[in-house]
Amino acid sequence: MSPPEKHPDPSDPFADPVRFIDERTAAAPLLRKTLGYLFPDHWSFLLGEVALYAFIVLIATGTYLALFFDPSTAKTVYHGSYSPLDGQTMSAAYKSVVNISLDYKAGLLIRQTHHWAADVFVASIVMHLMRVFFTGAFRKPRELTWIVGLMLLFTAFLEGYLGYSLVDDLLSGMGLAIGYGVGLSIPVIGGPLMLGIFGAPFPGNHDFWSRMFIMHVFVLPAALATMIGVHLALVMARHHTQFKESDRQTNKRIVGLPLFPAQTFRSLALMLFVVGILFLLGGLVQINPIWQWGPYEPWLGTNGAQPDWYLGWLIGALRLMPSFDVTIGHYTLIPNPFWGGALFPLFVLGVLMAFPWVERWLTRDNAIHNLADRPRDRPFRTAFGMSFLTFVFLVFSFGAADRLYVLFGLSYSAQLTLFRIAVFVVPVIVFVITHRICRELQIAESLDRTHEKVAELNVQIHEMQTDKANSG
Amino acid sequence: MKESRRGAEFTVVVLFLIAIVCAIGFIFVYAFFSPERMPNELLGISLGLCLIFIACALAVVGKRLVPNDELEDDYPEEHPQKQAEVVEQLHSAGSLITRKRLLLGAGSAAGCALGAAALTPVLSLGPFWDTAPLDRTPWKRGVRLVDESGDPLAADNILKETFYTAFPEGADPEEIGSPIVVLHLNATDLRMPRDRSGWTPRGIVAYSKICTHAGCAVALFRKPTFPTVERREALVCPCHYSTFDPFTGGSVLYGPAGRPLPQLPLEIDSDGHLRAAGNFSARVGPSWWNVREQPT
Repeated sequence: MSPPEKHPDPSDPFADPVRFIDERTAAAPLLRKTLGYLFPDHWSFLLGEVALYAFIVLIATGTYLALFFDPSTAKTVYHGSYSPLDGQTMSAAYKSVVNISLDYKAGLLIRQTHHWAADVFVASIVMHLMRVFFTGAFRKPRELTWIVGLMLLFTAFLEGYLGYSLVDDLLSGMGLAIGYGVGLSIPVIGGPLMLGIFGAPFPGNHDFWSRMFIMHVFVLPAALATMIGVHLALVMARHHTQFKESDRQTNKRIVGLPLFPAQTFRSLALMLFVVGILFLLGGLVQINPIWQWGPYEPWLGTNGAQPDWYLGWLIGALRLMPSFDVTIGHYTLIPNPFWGGALFPLFVLGVLMAFPWVERWLTRDNAIHNLADRPRDRPFRTAFGMSFLTFVFLVFSFGAADRLYVLFGLSYSAQLTLFRIAVFVVPVIVFVITHRICRELQIAESLDRTHEKVAELNVQIHEMQTDKANSG
Repeated sequence: MKESRRGAEFTVVVLFLIAIVCAIGFIFVYAFFSPERMPNELLGISLGLCLIFIACALAVVGKRLVPNDELEDDYPEEHPQKQAEVVEQLHSAGSLITRKRLLLGAGSAAGCALGAAALTPVLSLGPFWDTAPLDRTPWKRGVRLVDESGDPLAADNILKETFYTAFPEGADPEEIGSPIVVLHLNATDLRMPRDRSGWTPRGIVAYSKICTHAGCAVALFRKPTFPTVERREALVCPCHYSTFDPFTGGSVLYGPAGRPLPQLPLEIDSDGHLRAAGNFSARVGPSWWNVREQPT
């Protein structure tokens, strides 16, 4: 005999809405499953959530900014409230951003919060990526989640780049020029490709601004939102990984807090906390005061210009490359910016994309993994990850070599020589040290376990002896 | 236990109340100040703190006031039975068709053709195949050099150890082939390539201002303040520090640029104004497939 079916108490205030939804969507089983979805409780699992909340802030603040922004390169003369720019000829795009910053109430707050949210969005994705890498959470059955996540990250780079390029201030123009140079450097097809994208040789025709705008406010955000949706759906389909913290967590059983109520309140709290911090940053910490840079013209440039942090690795790679163009007869097969600006990021993306399959092939491990590794338990992966991270970080650091010169007085050319050697040597050293540390930690743990065992045995022996003495 | 929960509930209410005060503060600041006196800091603090206090309230609810027991569930398993059914269903489509390959081939071809047709309008984006605009410069023999406000540059006014930006008269200054750098150097120090004799009247030289590396403006003038360290002037791009030698026809001294800065031959007309004596020594702008040594 089956147990009697439960029905909601009709007097319960939730009963009617739930019945309404189920009758019309037949979603009660799905709803039940979703509300009961389990989240393993570990702080490092929140990094991806931070990225999600930063994305929500980006959509909200970005929509607000688009209500005032004028995506046009039409020339106008500025006569606004910022007197140092008075009488300057500038694009309508730049003028509208100066006005958003200085003339609209709360415009500066929203614009700075938008910029901070972009920096935090990419930063939290990178942190999340490191967490997933070092705990082996990318392994079967979660390789697709990993791939979608990487695509998300690289789309975010492009989205951020277009965002600050749209402003048409001096720095954004320098960034666009470099992007154009890197695009031109794609072997053989670079020239035609850039003519297609820009509509004309740099700085492009007036259509180009419309193209950047629709990419930045519609195409790429829609792509990002779709990828976030797929990423989360994939996570839910296979559930989170979890650390083995007790005997309860196994490869077949997940332990965690249910989505509702426990996780809902925690996640909402985290969301509002992230949004709050972003607005505090937007209010208190100045970022990209574009009215100080002035409008861009192709013949203008300034020293000490730095892109947003997440493009620093590309400027570093462009600067590190020795000077040569690969030529065939009269033709330039591989112009110099290709190595640092295009091949280097593609190489990093390729290594990360391939890693789950490479590791599976190297370890011959085809099993399903639901338990997250501790980094020390996989010395090779951890050492490789640290050394690869060091490589990218050193290239990134060299992007700020001119700032390092200003801060510490290290000559630029000395730094160049140093970094060209360091990017190859230091990762090897980091690999060896990390591998060693992982092994030492493992040995220390097994020693601890042995000591405990010995102590336990000693107690047992002692008890046996006293028993014997008593009985004897 | 009940006592502490009461305390938590009280805390939550207090946090919500503070958040309300912050939100009202934000509205007040927004309404009270004029745009030019708007204190961005107060806007950020009031809105940020409002959000953070609500976050704290929700954190207390989540940690103290709702059930916090960790539950267990099964990880999803594979469904071999369903997989088999899917495979079967997929095969069912072809069960009645005799010439699968032919149909598949024709279908794929139609798909590709449709794709090509649908993508064709993309060609309107720009002059993909006609790359001539990439090589265009407004400079030719006789074009006068003008400054940013359109006044012609007189050779007598070009001082030594000074960095001038000039444009072709009557042309669009934003075109990448337009802006040039003009310097007055010691004529005896010049070591120009042999085929460029007469390009530098009185030691005045001109180069494209667009870096051959990635297209930034070569906007920095390295003027040696300490002669023992760096002997001579150089042109530097601030983006990746490509450094070009104005004494030797723009050759690369340092940095990632792969080819020299294109040089513009100059002449001085009867009024003493600077004019171009021809086009650049090479194509301007970042390198690409079709950048040759000599522009045609």
